[in-house]
Amino acid sequence: MLRPLHPVAPGTRSVLGIAFFVLFVAFWAWITLGGHVNRIFLADPLSMLKDGWRLLVEDRFWLDILITIWRVFGGFVLASIVAVPIGIAMGAWKPVEAFLEPFVSFARYLPASAFIPLLILWAGIGEFEKLLVIFVGSVFQIILIVAVKVGSTRRDLVEAAYTLGATDNGIVKRVIMPANAPEIAETLRLVLGWAWTYVIVAELIGSSSGIGYMIINSQSRLATGQIIFGIIIIGLIGLLSDFAFKALNRWLFPWSLA
Amino acid sequence: MSKLLIEGVSRTFAGVGGGQPVQALQPVDLAVAANDFITILGPSGCGKSTLLRIVAGLEAPSTGRVLLDGKAVTRPGPDRGMVFQSYTLFPWLTVAENIGFGLREQGRPEGERNEIVASYIDLVGLKGFENHWPKQLSGGMQQRTAIARALANDPEILLLDEPFGALDNQTRGLMQELLLGIWERRKKTVLFVTHDIEEAIFMASRVIVMSARPGRIKSDVPVDLPHPRHYTLKTSPEFSALKAQLTEDIRIEAMRTAQTQSA
Repeated sequence: MLRPLHPVAPGTRSVLGIAFFVLFVAFWAWITLGGHVNRIFLADPLSMLKDGWRLLVEDRFWLDILITIWRVFGGFVLASIVAVPIGIAMGAWKPVEAFLEPFVSFARYLPASAFIPLLILWAGIGEFEKLLVIFVGSVFQIILIVAVKVGSTRRDLVEAAYTLGATDNGIVKRVIMPANAPEIAETLRLVLGWAWTYVIVAELIGSSSGIGYMIINSQSRLATGQIIFGIIIIGLIGLLSDFAFKALNRWLFPWSLA
Repeated sequence: MSKLLIEGVSRTFAGVGGGQPVQALQPVDLAVAANDFITILGPSGCGKSTLLRIVAGLEAPSTGRVLLDGKAVTRPGPDRGMVFQSYTLFPWLTVAENIGFGLREQGRPEGERNEIVASYIDLVGLKGFENHWPKQLSGGMQQRTAIARALANDPEILLLDEPFGALDNQTRGLMQELLLGIWERRKKTVLFVTHDIEEAIFMASRVIVMSARPGRIKSDVPVDLPHPRHYTLKTSPEFSALKAQLTEDIRIEAMRTAQTQSA
């Protein structure tokens, strides 16, 4: 019996979660190994694993993985360093918000991928251009979300701090910032997920290394097994970094979970 | 000289969406002597909280002024400690850090801070909970921490805005005795807003009854019950007589509020 909003037991939850993966792979195996789709367009799970193994062992694919990870984190860290202080300033001081918010809202809708040709003109096809794509894709998102979170800081906490003798400066540093730190960290975790999509796009164009480069390279050789292996690797790294980020947040902000 | 002087303080809120401005508080005059425990009693929406927030400096009066020790109040400050009805402990700070917040903002050295914090933890009976997060505390413990946090600054006056309003009845009774006990020992000027008649009488040396909105002072009732007060006082004949008198006063105002709301 399915009752709305009724919780599911932890054991059942795991079983159900794994069951979908099993079904998914089984369906994939059935349509490929069973000959229901042309091998040229979709590799079966076994040859995908074989291709992946060969990639790692013979083609030193792990170097591409490392370089992609470095690009994601490099661009993401750059964007965070710029965006978080601006977001806090916008949320805390309304004139700053009035000044920047319209532009940032507009810039947020500019697609990072459409900037790639321009960024290549400006920065070439080196590492810096890859970082810039991630940066452009992430920075405006982070600014806006942080500004909104900071702007909705609990007023009663701010008032309590004032009655305890806090100065305006003290309010920003010792109320607004710590009060919103967990949500800002949560925002960064979310945006890091988006950064993974930008990096692949950046690597599809004008690149000679990285997971995205391997994928576009495999396309010309119809190596669908390699493409799927690359996609799965991205998914796995994304999942791992998400877990790591969550664990870090839990460790940094025990008070928000206690 | 009075400790706190409220002179012709009124508050009018601008109309919403071009509507009529709303007067929340008619001009109020009140003189509070040092070490007095004043409760402000009134039906909900009578502007009693607004009056307290004006004394705290969190809101500006539309007319009049507030003087503390002869100095005009213009903004919030550590000389007027405040306890709110909502739980306003800083969730990222432990109990001890919350109590020490004001001292830290004023740049008091750490050793001195720790000593003061320890003494207030003792005072409100939170020994053993120094390093708990607010989330781990019950409502009563959170409000005890909030009282200690306000007192740690050693304010000239303590302002409380229905501090026990969100607590269950039993806890509220205990909290009343705790706060009164602190006041009896340490002597502080206190302004305590409540809509609970029993609470208003039990705590006060003077009850100020406010009228329905727009609020004004309707009566000023001295409470000459002896100290130290014990909860059994609430069943004494003197207490009951006062309660009957104030119940009648408040009932008229509550009915008036109900009528204006239905009109």
